[in-house]
Amino acid sequence: MNFQSMILTLQQFWAEQGCINAQPYDTEKGAGTMNPMTYLRSLGPEPWKVAYVEPSRRPSDGRYGENPNRLYQHHQFQVIIKPSPDNIQELYLDSLKALGVDPLIHDIRFVEDNWENPTLGCAGLGWEVWLDGMEITQFTYFQQVGGMETNPVAVEITYGMERLASYIQDKENVFDLEYVEGMTYGDVYRQAEYEHSKYTFELSDAQMLFTLFNMYEQEAGRAANENLVFPAYDYVLKCSHTFNLLDARGAISVTERTGYITRVRNLARKVAAAYVEEREKLGFPLIKKEVEA
Amino acid sequence: MAKDLLLEIGLEEVPARFLRAAMNQLREKTEKWLDASRLSYDKVEAYATPRRLAVLARGVAEKQDDVNEEVKGPSRKIAQDANGDWSKAALGFARSQGVEASDFTFKELGGVEYIYATKSLNGQEASALLPEGLKSMISSLTFPKNMRWGTYDFRFIRPIRWMVALFGEEIVPFEITDVATNRVSRGHRFLGSETSISQASDYVEALRGQHVLVDVEEREALILKQIRDLAEQKKWNIAIKEDLLEEVLFLVETPTALFGTFEESFLNIPQEVLITSMREHQRYFPVLDAEGKLLPFFVTVRNGDAKSLDVIAKGNEKVLRARLSDAKFFYEEDQKVAIQDFLAKLESVVFHEDLGSTGDKVRRIRQTADSIASQLKLDSEASQNISRTADICKFDLVTQMVYEFPELQGVMGEDYARKAGEKEEVARAVFEHYQPRFAGESVPASIAGSVVSLADKTDAIVGFFGIGIVPTGSQDPYALRRQAAGIVQILLDHDLDLTLEQLFDLSIAVHEQAGNLKRTADEVRKVLRDFFELRVKKLLSDNLRYDVVDAVIAAGFGDIPAIVARGSALMNAVQNEEDFKTTVESFTRTSNLAAKAQEREVKPELFEDEAERELFESWKLLHGQRETWAYAEEEGAMTAAAAELTALSGLKQPITTFFDRVMVMAEDEKVRANRLALLAAVDGDLKQFADFGKLVWQ
Repeated sequence: MNFQSMILTLQQFWAEQGCINAQPYDTEKGAGTMNPMTYLRSLGPEPWKVAYVEPSRRPSDGRYGENPNRLYQHHQFQVIIKPSPDNIQELYLDSLKALGVDPLIHDIRFVEDNWENPTLGCAGLGWEVWLDGMEITQFTYFQQVGGMETNPVAVEITYGMERLASYIQDKENVFDLEYVEGMTYGDVYRQAEYEHSKYTFELSDAQMLFTLFNMYEQEAGRAANENLVFPAYDYVLKCSHTFNLLDARGAISVTERTGYITRVRNLARKVAAAYVEEREKLGFPLIKKEVEA
Repeated sequence: MAKDLLLEIGLEEVPARFLRAAMNQLREKTEKWLDASRLSYDKVEAYATPRRLAVLARGVAEKQDDVNEEVKGPSRKIAQDANGDWSKAALGFARSQGVEASDFTFKELGGVEYIYATKSLNGQEASALLPEGLKSMISSLTFPKNMRWGTYDFRFIRPIRWMVALFGEEIVPFEITDVATNRVSRGHRFLGSETSISQASDYVEALRGQHVLVDVEEREALILKQIRDLAEQKKWNIAIKEDLLEEVLFLVETPTALFGTFEESFLNIPQEVLITSMREHQRYFPVLDAEGKLLPFFVTVRNGDAKSLDVIAKGNEKVLRARLSDAKFFYEEDQKVAIQDFLAKLESVVFHEDLGSTGDKVRRIRQTADSIASQLKLDSEASQNISRTADICKFDLVTQMVYEFPELQGVMGEDYARKAGEKEEVARAVFEHYQPRFAGESVPASIAGSVVSLADKTDAIVGFFGIGIVPTGSQDPYALRRQAAGIVQILLDHDLDLTLEQLFDLSIAVHEQAGNLKRTADEVRKVLRDFFELRVKKLLSDNLRYDVVDAVIAAGFGDIPAIVARGSALMNAVQNEEDFKTTVESFTRTSNLAAKAQEREVKPELFEDEAERELFESWKLLHGQRETWAYAEEEGAMTAAAAELTALSGLKQPITTFFDRVMVMAEDEKVRANRLALLAAVDGDLKQFADFGKLVWQ
């Protein structure tokens, strides 16, 4: 199954489970969790079901397109369902079957992995799902988001698309994956991988990035003070990505690191709290919808 | 009549590391509940797999025992008036206990008479008690990490998805988080299906039929057998580390061992790196040859049957290849960086906010290690090795490999240092300075490794104590107890001429100079003393009786080789010397009277009896010798201690004669004071060896 068919299959599968097929968010981010469709929507009492592909940038993982397994930008397929349904593990395993993975001829295991994202003040309990020893999915019950206890609890399923594809297509090198017929993953992404790696490690202007970080931070705070949740959050994401660029450049010492993470987390928390406030003002409209249905 | 009771809690995969403790807890709580409910039973068996915790209580009584309970009421004086009529208080008590006042009995308690109501409690049916009992027992289970799910406020280790509760053939009905008990269990996730259990005692076999081995010991034995069969068949030596086996055991319901291979070219990476990567990341068992050299194979245990093992092996090989490629990448990248550049990075790694950076710590280690070296009067080559080791001992903490595998600290340091052209002694000592890394591991073999290890560990303990962080109860986040035990062991095994007090003072001086101490040096010394006394006690208690330990510790414990030697000499005397008890009696008698002495100076001109002179001369001879045997080091501490105890025992005869012939508490005040002073002098030497009065005789 090629890369594109895998995405289409998962979209179809989760759409049938009642998930909205949302589109990738248009601001750089390190993980699908940071998409407001997850970060914000998993807060508060309203039910929520969504599935989307998230291009995720990890500047320090860039390898100039030369490493068969590591990428500056990889793709996550993200599912969020709140409250977590009782049969969520079974649904997940069915989605693997839809991708052609037969559990009887493979070894599939749920291995403890407690996930944390200190930058966003998130913590959850769950597993890495192993397929013949390879981690293909992160499976998490959110316990805390933006520093707040979640209630009801959302479950997050994050498929690592490249890894899963390299297994399904039996390819050693991510760039050899078939994206669609006649077109490899490398054809689509290798140049960007090389250029982003070169920029990140060799060319990026740390002084400018520090300036940007401060500007983004200030703007996020200004918007958050006005309870403009979504614009404020966009700037939080920009802070986070700028921090990642600086970190990859080696411009931030170990001691300073904690300080920057704390600054981003404080903003993220503020935005999370403002989101819940604003939803409350609106009367948590999605709860009503569920009752009507 | 009795029945078996089954409770199975069906869960989403529980973390392997918590399962055994959870299983034991469930068994204990079941036993406790049955006891408290006065339901007799034969035994409780417990089972656990990743997806279930279960107990099977055999032969549980169907009804509680009947009992009579006596409840104490008010005193008779309050309960009855002079005519024997019951007071309001007494009638109220009767009402509250549901008995007739005429049935009260009287009993005396502490000289006062009270009324008692005797209630007979008829045993209830077990089936009436079980639903609430099991439900609250489940809620009372505690785990190191709990979670919530769905819309429930209930917290548990992982979401509960089904529950089987059977008393004999009957379902015990209750609900938790909308999950109602039933008789339907679930089998292996892929090989099995749902299965209806007709009676509690069928549990183990019913699940076996669904490809789940619920019995932990059976599963463990099977895994071990599979691995050993494989080893025998392939002529391999498969290293089975206990904690990895334990984890694997709780990751599978149906185990099947299989093997895979990796490219031989990876064998250029240090063996420890490969083994760590396989174990920590992939839970593989490494494969060695007869000489302990790593072979390019691994063994893993699948959760399933023997179908398509080739597919699974191939998948695992692919993952391992990527892992080892990463390790190789880190290994090569790390070697491109100079040790000096790694050391510069340590300046920005915070060791502890009140104790500075790791760079600061390294400088303190260097200072302390140098002081130890000069205290020990080591030659210049050894001292140079120590200085260099101290300078670079922590550089590998900022390498990519150690960042990825923290447990390789020291291992990578040694390898990289050697490759960077450091002296062999220094490279080895960089590894050794972490030793002993766990209880039972040997201490550093070299003197350089030992000295830097002492400096590192002492720096940590003195530093943390100096800022008020002292281990309490189970709280020891910086593993200071382990480090203290390491210090004691190094001093002992290398028979170093360095006391704990000297070691503390060297480190205290360094911390004081850095301005780290938040309490006075004397306060720190006091806490250190108490802390180390316990470590030394623990060390001695492994081989010695507790009273022997107390006796020698009372004579000071700073010189570790000496105290161990004194302890073993004393133990030997206590156990093997027939008349040692009378020797000790003469010593204790001496000590008891010595306590009354006011004068210190013995004046021979005041002696009235030959026995006084004889004791005095014997003591003088021994006291003079003490300086010379003060641990004649070439003989070793053990020989010295044995000789010392023999010499002290030689005092028994003059002491006994003294007590036989001399009246210590003489009329003449001066004579009396002089005799007491003589005993105090003798006692002074005894007490340097042990407080013999602490010995206990059966």
